[in-house]
Amino acid sequence: MNSNIFDLTTWTTAIHDWLTEFIPEWSAILLESIVVALIIITLYAVFAIALIYMERKVCAFFQCRIGPNRVGKWGLLQVFGDVFKMLTKEIIRMRKSDRFLHDLAPYLVVTASMLTFACLPWNKGGQVLDFNVGVFFFIAVSGIGVVGILMAGLGSNSKYPMIGSMRAGAQLISYEISIGITMLTMVTLCGTMQISEIVQQQADQGWNIVRGHIPALIAFLIFLIAGNAECNRGPFDLPEGESELTAGYHTEYSGMHFGYYYLAEYLNLFICAAMASTIFLGGWAPLHIAGLDGFNEVMNYIPGVVWFVGKTFFILVLLLWERWTFPRLRIDHILSLEWKYLMPISLLNLLLMALVVTLGLGINV
Amino acid sequence: MDSHNIMFIILAVIIACSSLACVLAKSIIRAATYLFFALLGTAGLYFLMGYTFLGSVQVMVYAGGVVVLYVFAILLTRGKKDRLSENTKTKIFTSALLSLVGLGIVLFAIFKQEFLASALDAPNENVLPIKEVGTSMLSTDVNGYLLPFEAVSVLLLACIVAALLIARKR
Repeated sequence: MNSNIFDLTTWTTAIHDWLTEFIPEWSAILLESIVVALIIITLYAVFAIALIYMERKVCAFFQCRIGPNRVGKWGLLQVFGDVFKMLTKEIIRMRKSDRFLHDLAPYLVVTASMLTFACLPWNKGGQVLDFNVGVFFFIAVSGIGVVGILMAGLGSNSKYPMIGSMRAGAQLISYEISIGITMLTMVTLCGTMQISEIVQQQADQGWNIVRGHIPALIAFLIFLIAGNAECNRGPFDLPEGESELTAGYHTEYSGMHFGYYYLAEYLNLFICAAMASTIFLGGWAPLHIAGLDGFNEVMNYIPGVVWFVGKTFFILVLLLWERWTFPRLRIDHILSLEWKYLMPISLLNLLLMALVVTLGLGINV
Repeated sequence: MDSHNIMFIILAVIIACSSLACVLAKSIIRAATYLFFALLGTAGLYFLMGYTFLGSVQVMVYAGGVVVLYVFAILLTRGKKDRLSENTKTKIFTSALLSLVGLGIVLFAIFKQEFLASALDAPNENVLPIKEVGTSMLSTDVNGYLLPFEAVSVLLLACIVAALLIARKR
């Protein structure tokens, strides 16, 4: 990347220097942190709305329907209408539920989702939480959501949420293993866990899915399957299987408390796709083809955030395709798929990747 | 009083309050919830000191793993109906004695080591590279952790075998 305009660190340091001229450094940092947090929350809401619209339209096309088309042009305002409806609804509390746990659970779920959202690298220099153990931190904080779901099931004091949260807990804990091992496979290839460095490496040396060829491709496929399961989405959507459990663990929720689950579900899908694009498809790294220098130069002029969001939406379409193509699995099938197939395959794949890295068989672009 | 100390005080208050609430809660599931917050607060302390790996492990193993295990155990047993048993005199006496002994040990350690003076300084912010963590975990040197690492794996293996044995007993 030769053009500095697209490097966000140029902008952020400029803003920081400008701010420190007027106010002391600590208040500048505090102000910047608040602004960044507000930006993250706004993006969270905006992407949720975009995703809900996209889900409805894509789902409709897969089922040979038209989807929402009455409110606004092509039904574009439908989601906004739904959001405002949800915001004005009353939050109902059941008499025999555990009020404290019942009210706490949606916030835990949405907090876990926002923490993982903050790990995403939007652009060169555009990452918020960027530890040296970035990938590991990402997996760790996504585990907090499971606690929220289990609390929702226990706090509601009703049978459907209880069964739904049991299923969700078993499923999420199982598929987290596959996600973890596939991410570890890519960490083996990159040799670093810091998310910004993983992307920078891909910008310099080519995308991971090309560099890691066969093991990376296997890991990518496993990540797509396990990612859909991790987001509680079809064909793995039986924690909330509506024909059996009404709505699973959020049966007893209403108004914005239900809205938080809804929000977290869609954003988890986005985060899953974004993580896949980060570790496999190069994040904000532009498409470069070795030998075509003119083409590469043109690609460099497209901002990184466009690349990142574009790749993410490409993977989102793959995930939605998977969701609306396969019928729902049974709980024992889901667990045996993970423990008997995906996990052994991803372990073998990790070994294969280690061999590729040590023998130097990776493709260097 | 810099930002580190302010964050430390906030985290310490969270940990202390949720630990107290954890032992005082009447319902077992609420106790597990408060324990969850105490563990998250501890992870926050590790992040404050720059031990990002340790902090992530704390979140993953304790907050994400152990608490989920507790909640599962509560779900699979009687769950919400479990209440505290009545306090007998011997129970109160032994628990008071045990907590006093614990307090004594902690206070002894604090005053003996004179942590108080250094606690007011800003914590160490040097982030340990992950490569160092990995190599020392698998090294056989004097400061290597291979033996404890393997011992823990054997323990986990034994746990898995035991769980299988219990589950398969028909």
